[in-house]
Order: sequence, then structure tokens, then C-alpha cells
Amino acid sequence: MNWEVFSDPATLALYGEGLVTTLSLLLSSLAVGAVLALLLALALTGSVAPLRWLAGAYTYCIRGTPLLIQVYLIYYGLAQLEWIQARWDDVWPWTHFKDPFFCALLAFALNNAGYTAEMLAGSIRETSAGELEAAQAMGMSRWQTLRRIVVPSALRRTLPAYSNEVVMMLHSTSLASTVPAMLDVTAAASRIYSDFYLPFEAYIFAAAIYLSITFILVGIFRVTERRYLAYLAPRRA
Amino acid sequence: MSTPALKLQVENLHKRYGNHEVLKGVSLSARSGDVISIIGSSGSGKSTFLRCINLLEKPYEGRIVVAGEELKLRPGKGGELEAADPQQLQRLRTRLAMVFQNFNLWAHMTVLENIIEAPVHVLKVSKEQAVQTARKYLDRVGLKGMEDRYPSHMSGGQQQRVAIARALAVEPEVMLFDEPTSALDPELVTEVLRVMQQLAEEHRTMVVVTHEMGFAREVSNHLIFLHQGRIEEQGHPREVLANPKSERLAQFLSGNLK
Repeated sequence: MNWEVFSDPATLALYGEGLVTTLSLLLSSLAVGAVLALLLALALTGSVAPLRWLAGAYTYCIRGTPLLIQVYLIYYGLAQLEWIQARWDDVWPWTHFKDPFFCALLAFALNNAGYTAEMLAGSIRETSAGELEAAQAMGMSRWQTLRRIVVPSALRRTLPAYSNEVVMMLHSTSLASTVPAMLDVTAAASRIYSDFYLPFEAYIFAAAIYLSITFILVGIFRVTERRYLAYLAPRRA
Repeated sequence: MSTPALKLQVENLHKRYGNHEVLKGVSLSARSGDVISIIGSSGSGKSTFLRCINLLEKPYEGRIVVAGEELKLRPGKGGELEAADPQQLQRLRTRLAMVFQNFNLWAHMTVLENIIEAPVHVLKVSKEQAVQTARKYLDRVGLKGMEDRYPSHMSGGQQQRVAIARALAVEPEVMLFDEPTSALDPELVTEVLRVMQQLAEEHRTMVVVTHEMGFAREVSNHLIFLHQGRIEEQGHPREVLANPKSERLAQFLSGNLK
């Protein structure tokens, strides 16, 4: 075992760069995915049938294909289309598709949104009918009921499942290493492997980084759940 | 002495589920300060009738007038009546507060948040004023100091009293109670009935669907006995309960529930 390579600042800097990429990818795709998921969940549980169908088709496609293929389709696949190639030098939204970070972000955000939307929709459907009736009987409009009762309650109940999704998204960002220009933690480990022929040390170090981030994420969720799910906790005598 | 104002007028409500007619023309009038008890065996339509008043259930025929304002109804899909003016329905619903059998408190909100929710977001009262009112009614129902508890951390009797405080906070014209003590342990029933008796003594207008004959006899000033969707008998509780004129009421009171 050769651990001295990790005392070399260049190695640590490489992992550091990977960490920055991983975290920025994770946080930005979670942010975009969360907003999209909320809109999709409202469409899935709403009364407008075409919206319901569209949202359902979207989540089906996302959950029905591997994330790796989604990444490949967006990064490599779109680049093959002449329609995109003709536009991505000058026309605004399409210029982003030349940026590998944007492509990875899009793939992860869309994937995250697909799974989180179904989780949120499930919680919304589970909303207690009695609470809905009480809201109606108090004179709340449908929109008010949604905003004040249904969504806050559903968001809280989705927290435990969502924490799972966030941790999975962290580990899914390792698929960004398949995109040549992206240097995330796994890609950094692969670089160390190819430079020094130390696969075990390189990937164990990467695993340790992922474990540490997971520890922090789980800790954040535990604190959040204790606050927002306090109403579900057992009675303290 | 002038007659008290007519707070609620319900005329000739009909309701059916598919082919089964649950309400066959039930009417009710409540003047200010009236406490009306509705009794009957299960399936007689009493809860359905109460829920039609604030349109949680949709009747297919009838008129509903709240504090002199008629609720505009029009036939919807499926033949049932629906509110022609959703804004009016919302407004009239704030004049009728309902207390449910299963409390129906919003689980993710504290007691205080439950009580101030409707005043702040529906009646557009300022938060400080709503909190003041909430504390007043919380004290009135005997739960002072419980503002920051969650409903799931309270007993059934306490939850129902919070629900009553929540109904009081919107200062309704008429309070509707749908079997408020049916889901409670016998020991907890008394505390809720006591609160309801205090409300009656304050001359609040109340319509109560109940199985508690003691409450019906002692506190209410009008009793309606429903049987299979029709008013079989009605009158002052002491007379009706002591001398039932209809055979079905006599059977019901003797514990023979059909």
C-alpha cells in the first residue's frame, strides 16, 4: 500500500477540485430538481387531465431509464443533432449545451425531479381527508388549502424519503466522471489510478470523501426532521 | 320582546347517493341563541344533513339561507346542486364554523397556529389580533398555556376543545357540531360537553348532531328526531324525550336502534 501519494499536495488539490465539482453539481441539481419536482407533483395530483398525463409520462421516462443513459443522451446524444449544432454557437439557450457542467446538471436535475415528484405526489395524495374538509369548512379556497395545508404537510412527510434521494443523488454524481471534461471526486480518483497505478488507495480515498459528505447530509436531515416532524414524534411525558 | 334574528334557514333538503335517498326533504330554522339537537339512529341522515348546510355534501334540492343571505346554488354535473358563486360559498362558510367528530385539526401546525389560521388567512385579520383572540378562546375552553403543543401530543378531549376554540375564533353566526363527542372516551366526553354548555349559556347559535341525550335534554331548546331521511318528530327536548309521540322515537330512546 502506497499512502504517501496522498501527502503530495498536488494529489490533494486534485481531489479538492473534484470535491468542489461534486458539491456544486449536487447542490445545483438538487435546487433545480426540487423546484421542478414541486411543479410536477402538483401536476400529477391536480385536476387538469392533460397536465397529469404529461407529468406522468415524464416521470415514467425518467424512472424507466438508467441515469447513465440520460447523461449520455444529453451530453453526447444532443451534440449529434444538426439542429443543435447549427445553433449552439450563437443562439442563447443552446450555447449552454457546449458546457459539460451544464449538460451534467441538466441530466441530474431532470432525474432528481422525476423521482422526487413521485415521492411528493404520493405524500400529497395521502393528505388526511379530514384536514382537507376542515380547511374547506373554514372557508379556504382550493388554492389556499393547497398552499397552507396540503403542500406544507406533504413536504414534511416526504422528508425521510427525500433524504434517501439526496444521498443517492450524491453518489449518482459519480456518473459525471463518464463525461470527459468533468473532474468530480470519482474522476479525480481515476486520474490518480492512471497516474500512479494505485486503484485501491485512489478509490478508497474517494469513498472516504463520499462517506464524509453523506455523514454531513444525514446529520442535516436528522436535525431538520427533528424540527419539522416534531408533530409525529411520540409524546414525551 | 322582539323575536331573535333568524340565523340559519334550511329548507327542504334532499340528498341521495346513487339510488339511495338519504334526505327526503328536511328543514330547519335556527334563531339567535337557539341550541338545536339532531338525534337519530345511524343511517338516518343526520350527519349528511349537517354537512349539506355548509355544502361539504351537495344536496340535489333545497335552500340554504345564512344570516339572511341565500346561498346561490345551481345544478352541476351529476344532478347535484353546487355553489354558483364560489366566493360567496367561502364567505358564508366563515359564518358557519364546524366542529368535526374526528377533530380534524391540522396535524403539522401547533394549537395556536391551528386557531389563527382561518382568521389570518381567510378573514384577513392581523396576526397580533388573531393571536389575542386565540389565547382568549383557548383560555375559555380551559387549555391556557397549550399554544405550542402539537395536536398529536394531546388527548382527544383536549383536541376537540382546540377544535371548538378554532371554530370560535372566526366568530361564526352559527356553530355546527357533527357528533363532537362520539370519538371520545367516556371520561373525556364531560369536559367537551361542559364547554358546549358554556357556549349555549353565552347564547351562541348551535346545531348539534349528537348521541348524548343528557346534553340534548338539558342544554338544547329544540330537538329534531330524524328517521330514514325525514323529520319524524321535533319539539322542545323535555317534552319530546319524556313523551315521544311517534313509535320510532320511543323505540330509539329505549335503546332499540334500528
